[in-house]
Amino acid sequence: MAYDTASRTGQRRAVRSGLWGWINERLPVDVFWRSQLSEYYAPKNFNFWYFFGSLALVALVLQLITGIFLTMFYKAGAATAFDSVEFIMREVQYGWLIRYLHSTGASAFFLVVYLHMYRALLYGSYKAPRELLWLFGMIIYLALMAEAFLGYVLPWGNMSFWAATVIVNLFGTIPGIGPGLVEWIRGDYGIADATLNRFFSLHVAAVPLVLLLLVALHLVALHEVGSNNPDGIEIKEKKDLRGRPLDGIPFHPYYTVKDIVGVCVFLTLLAIVVFFVPTFGDLFLEKANFEPANPLSTPDPISPSWYFTPYYAILRAVPDQRIGALLMLIAVMSFFFLPWLDRSPVKSMRYRGWISRTFLGLFTISFVALMWLGMQPAQEPYVSMARIFAIPYFAFFWLMPFYSRIDSVKPVPERVTFHG
Amino acid sequence: MAKIAALVLSLLSAPMLLVAAEPAASDAEASAPVPWATWRAGNEVADTASLQRGARNFLNYCIGCHSLKYMRYQRMADDLDIPGSVLNANLLAPGSTNLDYILTSMPAADAANWFGKTPPDLSLIARSRSPDYLYRFLKTFYSDPSRSTRSDNLAYPTTAMPAVLSELEGVKAAVYRDVNSTAGGAPEKVFDHFESIAPGALTPEQFDGFVRDTVNFLDYVGDPAQVERRSIGLWVVLFLLLLSAFALALKKEYWKDVH
Repeated sequence: MAYDTASRTGQRRAVRSGLWGWINERLPVDVFWRSQLSEYYAPKNFNFWYFFGSLALVALVLQLITGIFLTMFYKAGAATAFDSVEFIMREVQYGWLIRYLHSTGASAFFLVVYLHMYRALLYGSYKAPRELLWLFGMIIYLALMAEAFLGYVLPWGNMSFWAATVIVNLFGTIPGIGPGLVEWIRGDYGIADATLNRFFSLHVAAVPLVLLLLVALHLVALHEVGSNNPDGIEIKEKKDLRGRPLDGIPFHPYYTVKDIVGVCVFLTLLAIVVFFVPTFGDLFLEKANFEPANPLSTPDPISPSWYFTPYYAILRAVPDQRIGALLMLIAVMSFFFLPWLDRSPVKSMRYRGWISRTFLGLFTISFVALMWLGMQPAQEPYVSMARIFAIPYFAFFWLMPFYSRIDSVKPVPERVTFHG
Repeated sequence: MAKIAALVLSLLSAPMLLVAAEPAASDAEASAPVPWATWRAGNEVADTASLQRGARNFLNYCIGCHSLKYMRYQRMADDLDIPGSVLNANLLAPGSTNLDYILTSMPAADAANWFGKTPPDLSLIARSRSPDYLYRFLKTFYSDPSRSTRSDNLAYPTTAMPAVLSELEGVKAAVYRDVNSTAGGAPEKVFDHFESIAPGALTPEQFDGFVRDTVNFLDYVGDPAQVERRSIGLWVVLFLLLLSAFALALKKEYWKDVH
């Protein structure tokens, strides 16, 4: 039960007057507000890592709004797309601002989501009873990757074209149906006008709808089980006489005012990039993408956006393309299994032993290293380095059933604690 | 792309270049104390006078072959404080109006015939390459009688573009030195320095300024809102910092009773 019925009926009586009462008798606005915000109890010891959930929502809204305005001027089509983006940059009032917000927002979205996911690794937020919450989050991450890839193709620059070529060809490694599947995705024998138009449709309609639905499910699941916290203990186990968690505080106003601070800082950092370094040293907007798509000229090297490069490094580390693609798929999908791979009796890294901490530390280093390696040319020593760093990456997941069980644990406190 | 590595390298090498730039600026061609591949454009897009000179250079020398198909004359004039009278009298291509895009009158098909490929549109050249690359390209043409253009380029070897600015710069030859190859074969020829064959209408310093202004103009054309963007950005960031401070104060007020 997410909230108790006694106070719920009490609220119904309290608001039954005037226009507000009239609305609430027909639509449970007030009940929703109370159950989800003003009487939704969150642990009071959230730290820095707990800003990124609300920031991901802000990033999503930013992408939706800027995306709607870009769609007003963008013209899908191999002959028109590149020109229309430059039209937005030059002739649409503040079009450059909308476009840079959208291109920077995509990278900001991934940065925030990665930090949000890392929080779950730190504090065991994927463990029971939050397995489904974690799975919804992971499907959001997959949908976000699809959305980012589709969007990257739309400006129809040369890197758009070649990134689409490389990524779509990955489906060709599937035994049997591969080649036919690739043709079906492209709608042509190469990446072409038909591909661009369907990618536009998927980018502005299909995937955003899926994303919004998944985010709603993610939030419903979160509010059903309640938030985890840095101590990894369940605040619902210790309640006062009125049934409120002793270590909980109402999400509104406490965490709304706190998250506003996070949003302001986030927007400040975003603005610094948007207004002063929108290409971010070739990381957010690449030089090769300021040339129109050209099937006769391959950029050297072809590299995906920074948020895909850890997986790209793993793909390229294997000489056999099919095995490389399979390993890349496993690298992404491994996250899904975390709730069942983790056998530790405690959630938070605060109360786990040195083995778990070492594995997480090595995973962190290897993820960042693979990210960097994925941006390097596909040659030595980078390929060998990617092979070396792929080992701790996979070990973190697939040795977890063993090391999480044998690792020592510290006693978990009864009540939440504050660490600065 | 070795993006991060390039970024770090350029940051590391920046102070060294500042030290080396002083002698290099005066006679880069004569003694080449700084290798040409590390020359920096050092252009400043907020310098409107330089942009005006760059626009003049482009519309006198480049537009014969190259277009700026995303740039209108009037937008350029507005951004660069060029009076309408000057625009109409000196800068508009014959037959163009101020609302037209800046287009070359050379037919693309003919150009492809004459040069082997159509000269590229330069609207985004500063973004797809870089101002530094453009500066190096325009400064490293040298005489090569074996080629049909009678010239070649260090930054873009075998370029189809002739040394069209030699009237201003003069003609120079590339002098090579032998370097023993590590493989133990015949010595390799490595570029050492340029030697002037015939002087041009401009002194080396004047020509350097001419190239910098032109590159600066192309940098502006690549992202014409960039000066406005930075000036707005300053206020946006200041506002958001102030808002963050107020938000933090509000949070502290609400949270003072949470223990």
